[in-house]
Amino acid sequence: MNKTDVLIIGAGPTGLFCAHQLGIIGLSCEIVDNLDKAGGQCIELYPDKPIYDIPAVPECTGEELTNNLLKQIKPFNVKFHLNERVERLKKNESRWHVKTSGGVEFDVAAIVIAGGVGSFEPRKFSVKECEIFEGNSLFYSIKDKSIFKDKTISIFGGGDSALDWAIELSNTSKVNLIHRRDGFSGAESSVQKVKDLNEQGKLNLYTKYQMDSLSGDKQIETVKIKHDKGEIKEIKSDYVLGFFGLIMQLGPILDWGLNINKKTIEVNTENFETNVSGIFAIGDICTYPGKLKLILSGFHEGALAARGCFKYAKPDEKLRFEFTTTSKAAQERLGIKK
Amino acid sequence: MTKITYHTHDNKTHTIDVQNGLTVMEGAVQNDIPGIDADCGGGMACATCHVYVKEEWLDKLPAKEDGEEDMLDMAFEPKNNSRLSCQLIVSDELDGLEVNIPSKQG
Repeated sequence: MNKTDVLIIGAGPTGLFCAHQLGIIGLSCEIVDNLDKAGGQCIELYPDKPIYDIPAVPECTGEELTNNLLKQIKPFNVKFHLNERVERLKKNESRWHVKTSGGVEFDVAAIVIAGGVGSFEPRKFSVKECEIFEGNSLFYSIKDKSIFKDKTISIFGGGDSALDWAIELSNTSKVNLIHRRDGFSGAESSVQKVKDLNEQGKLNLYTKYQMDSLSGDKQIETVKIKHDKGEIKEIKSDYVLGFFGLIMQLGPILDWGLNINKKTIEVNTENFETNVSGIFAIGDICTYPGKLKLILSGFHEGALAARGCFKYAKPDEKLRFEFTTTSKAAQERLGIKK
Repeated sequence: MTKITYHTHDNKTHTIDVQNGLTVMEGAVQNDIPGIDADCGGGMACATCHVYVKEEWLDKLPAKEDGEEDMLDMAFEPKNNSRLSCQLIVSDELDGLEVNIPSKQG
């Protein structure tokens, strides 16, 4: 059981800055995120794209912003729990008991949801029978590549994951790469490599095809793919892999009794608390009159939510407003030596 | 104002006056037309505002910019008449445009 003052759900820019604000006022926190790294949408959707509207930072990329925020919270030694999704919340007298998908448990005074548009999940095939085979012979990510040795694998997608795995697995497996068009979004060098391997007969490339249906007894045996013009091809296959990027899902948050409005959580603008006391929501996931989905708004919301958490974490103390330029306590917490 | 018609998956038709300069995505979201999620808010980063454009309109729309086709690879059941509605800016030329919204976005 991890005991801390505040649990932050989501390690995007808003969640990271909220951790800073909690640290400054002397509260401890831990952060849970479903991705394997901090940064949220900034890292997952646009690490290399420039951002021009962070106050006092004329231009930075999503990755630079994330790295700077991580540097800014370094003094507080915040513990991250990555690849974990928060599943269950339970009120336990005045505290919250939280459990994640991986079984990590927390005992906290308050919860700050900084979950963006939800947790990132792999985008799946639309063909119905895919569900039956998912996890047994159909996968959206690869955990153990040894199972594919000497098997026939059909990979769907045109981005870097699809291309990279097609190239790698073609060394030890028979690989079919199926993509809906002639163009690819992956790196040009990988596209060329795949085309070369196709010409050398080391993998089979099918473009302008999409999945039509799957069949097999317990495991996948054949995949039918359909051309743009309607022609259907049947290919033998032991495994199917789909790489269509990630989609965001609100998931278990919907079951926590919060007031939800168009996939966002209603909050008050005094301290960004939800209708459930002790649960706050900040960043893209919260809504209130005039809400702007800007990173800078998320920073403001995090600063106020952090102060809102104080009365739950330290009910017998009074929070005094202080500036970091002059507050001895804040500077001590930041580890500044004079 | 430009008339845009959205056909939703429940076989309903919504014809909306959308202000020029907004996107077809914003026209749907602001008028509570179901089926357009637009998770990334119009940044061409998520493919959850995917629509099917009525065939006769395909050639009349502005060409896809770099990146739209890449994002459409990620869309739910993309077809030849797929577009991201966040990239379609409403103007007089689009008056009468009809789009079908897929059964889901992911």
